[in-house]
Amino acid sequence: MSDAPEKKAPRKATPRTEMPVQPPFVRIQNYLEVAVGYTEADAKAEAARCLQCKKPLCRQGCPVEIDIKGFIGALQKGDLPGSYKVLRDYNSLPAVCGRVCPQETQCEGMCVLSKNAEKTGGPVAIGRLERYVADTFAARVADGDAACLQITGEAACRMMRDDLKVACIGAGPASLTVTGYLAALGIKVTVFEALHEVGGVLVYGIPEFRLPKGIVRREVDAMKDLGVEFKTNWVGGKAFTVQELMDQGYKAVFIGVGAGLPQFMKVPGENSIGVFSANEYLTRVNLGRAYDFPNYDTPIFKADEVCVVGGGNVAMDAARTALRLGAKKVSIVYRRTKAEMPARLEELEHAIEEGVQLELLNAPLALNADENKRLVSMTVQKMQLGEPDASGRRRPEPIEGQTAEIPCQLVIIAVGTKPNPILLEATKGLGLNKWGYIDANPETGETSIHNVFAGGDIVTGAATVISAMGAGRKAAKEIAKRLLGLDA
Amino acid sequence: MSYRILEKKVLIPGQTTLLVIEAPHVAAKAKPGNFVILRTSEKGERIPLTIADCDAEAGTVTIVFLVVGKSTAELNTFEEGMSLPDFCGPLGKATHIEKQGTVICVGGGTGVAAMHHIAKGHAAAGNRVVAVIGARNKDLLLFCSELGNFCPEVLVATDDGSQGHKGFVTEVLRTRLEEDKDVSEVVAIGPVPMMEAVAKVTKPFGVKTTVSLNSIMVDGIGMCGACRCTVGGKTKFACVDGPEFDGHEVDFGELRLRLSQFRPQEQESMQLFQEKCKCAEGK
Repeated sequence: MSDAPEKKAPRKATPRTEMPVQPPFVRIQNYLEVAVGYTEADAKAEAARCLQCKKPLCRQGCPVEIDIKGFIGALQKGDLPGSYKVLRDYNSLPAVCGRVCPQETQCEGMCVLSKNAEKTGGPVAIGRLERYVADTFAARVADGDAACLQITGEAACRMMRDDLKVACIGAGPASLTVTGYLAALGIKVTVFEALHEVGGVLVYGIPEFRLPKGIVRREVDAMKDLGVEFKTNWVGGKAFTVQELMDQGYKAVFIGVGAGLPQFMKVPGENSIGVFSANEYLTRVNLGRAYDFPNYDTPIFKADEVCVVGGGNVAMDAARTALRLGAKKVSIVYRRTKAEMPARLEELEHAIEEGVQLELLNAPLALNADENKRLVSMTVQKMQLGEPDASGRRRPEPIEGQTAEIPCQLVIIAVGTKPNPILLEATKGLGLNKWGYIDANPETGETSIHNVFAGGDIVTGAATVISAMGAGRKAAKEIAKRLLGLDA
Repeated sequence: MSYRILEKKVLIPGQTTLLVIEAPHVAAKAKPGNFVILRTSEKGERIPLTIADCDAEAGTVTIVFLVVGKSTAELNTFEEGMSLPDFCGPLGKATHIEKQGTVICVGGGTGVAAMHHIAKGHAAAGNRVVAVIGARNKDLLLFCSELGNFCPEVLVATDDGSQGHKGFVTEVLRTRLEEDKDVSEVVAIGPVPMMEAVAKVTKPFGVKTTVSLNSIMVDGIGMCGACRCTVGGKTKFACVDGPEFDGHEVDFGELRLRLSQFRPQEQESMQLFQEKCKCAEGK
């Protein structure tokens, strides 16, 4: 294979450096981050495992094409500021990606050490190193480290081109990537966010114990230092339209408003008291800090027995949140098996370690409530796996006549989302695909409207933070090319 | 960006307050039927409130709220010149307004304020608007004179008979519908039992009836589904599909129960707030 590295894997395999974590019985009592991060020694040991391949495969697995070899190489030399500089050139949110990217299917999945993991000790822990570099850099900046300050200073001193204005609608991972990329080139970016806090899914969706909100704020503050303007409480399609932005002189508009409306299951009893969409449950807890009620005003519904429907990362987040809010039993109800779960393995493992039960091959049939419409149980249809369907996954089929009842006073539904109509209905001429999401050019992100771009969940439907960032990066490159004549 | 309070008017002491808030970009777009979401502090929850009036030229939005819990009690501590940290809007679908003849707008309690904006819209479109408003007694009536500015008739019902008809707005409405066969639409905004009662009254007359639902909301932009309600057997989101729906199709019983979802937490929060206020007064 031509892409194979020159050096051979070390004869004596060094295993991946474990991520230090809070023990399960401790962490379910708090809302602090589960993974506490590498120490300097951990990072040094893990960086040393990187073979610095001549033709690195890892980079091909990264949606934003980070020079992974470069940032780990700098780390090997003990050059932390240099390592951070490499990361930041490709990624506006390294501390976020280091935590929430599904590295196992991306960079780490491509790492040459991922083959023959038993002999090699497994792929280099790229995500953990990325997090280490971003966190350590931020800590050193806070401490006034001169070498680190010089790098942040370089970015802040760039000439701003006030004549080149770009607007981003939504302030989630896709928009923040566009923002970071263009602001670094001196383009004036204004971000319009509907909620009262910037970050999109990073603040309303992903729980504090997986991604502390302080980290998101830190990355956003770095963008503010670059001259980016964030306007919160501005709803695209309500307070303004895309056309109005163009009329105001914005040269390009990027739409990154996220997937939007939660899907429900359309089973009887779904509007009973105690039934929540995962979006509502998580938004209350994360954006509203309901885990700290009544210190914060947003309330959350608590129950002893909780069922979470779905098998993705959102379901895992909801289940683990419910445990932390004091539930005695939390079950994930999923109609297929563990193997088909779309959640990251790490998230599923963490959930199980913490005591989340799996009710596999069960499909909800009805949500049963008492006379006051308060939920008391869920009736499930027992399922079995049949032949693979078009997606290659084995299709779940009901087992005739076999149902069961699971007692629960709280059900959280995490079965996906559908497009939010607010901005789409208000934007004349915006082409949509057959699922109702925005039709965007896969290479440039441009929509059916000239110089209007889109990316992230509003194009693909619910996906990952990093795929949204990948789409943002593509759009940002194209916008930079058009505005500055750069062929980046 | 901050949203300054230009005017504060206590409509009913300790209970109902009107605020005129500086929010030019909201005022420029707000239409009758729209609502806003605001917060009172960095720790505050998102509070949805229907717009009572707006002035695009002055760049102001008027809201009227009833002190029902901690968040509205805290909102009531804001004085003229102070600013709200968050004020988002306009949200929700605007009222469908067209020239159609006579429209009866019924308002109860604080709902009269929201109804006022819609009635004004209907009047501006050339409709003959008959306002029917109710309260426990005449001192608790809201927007009576304001409605008189553009409604040829303002019919009043009070529980104690201190002004207008002694009894409910529904009784006034029924009489009116019996006398006047040309009413093209009835709009009702107020407490859930009132809207439900209005829908029951209008049903036999076959008059189109629009109600505005005050469901529990979090984001107000369709993301969470907290505000879901059943309309015509289908689940709808009050924030993006509404807040106005066909009153003959709404499942009011469900709405009432869903509104009670967080009652224990609301009471806990309010109690803490009152204790804190007492402590502050003690010092």
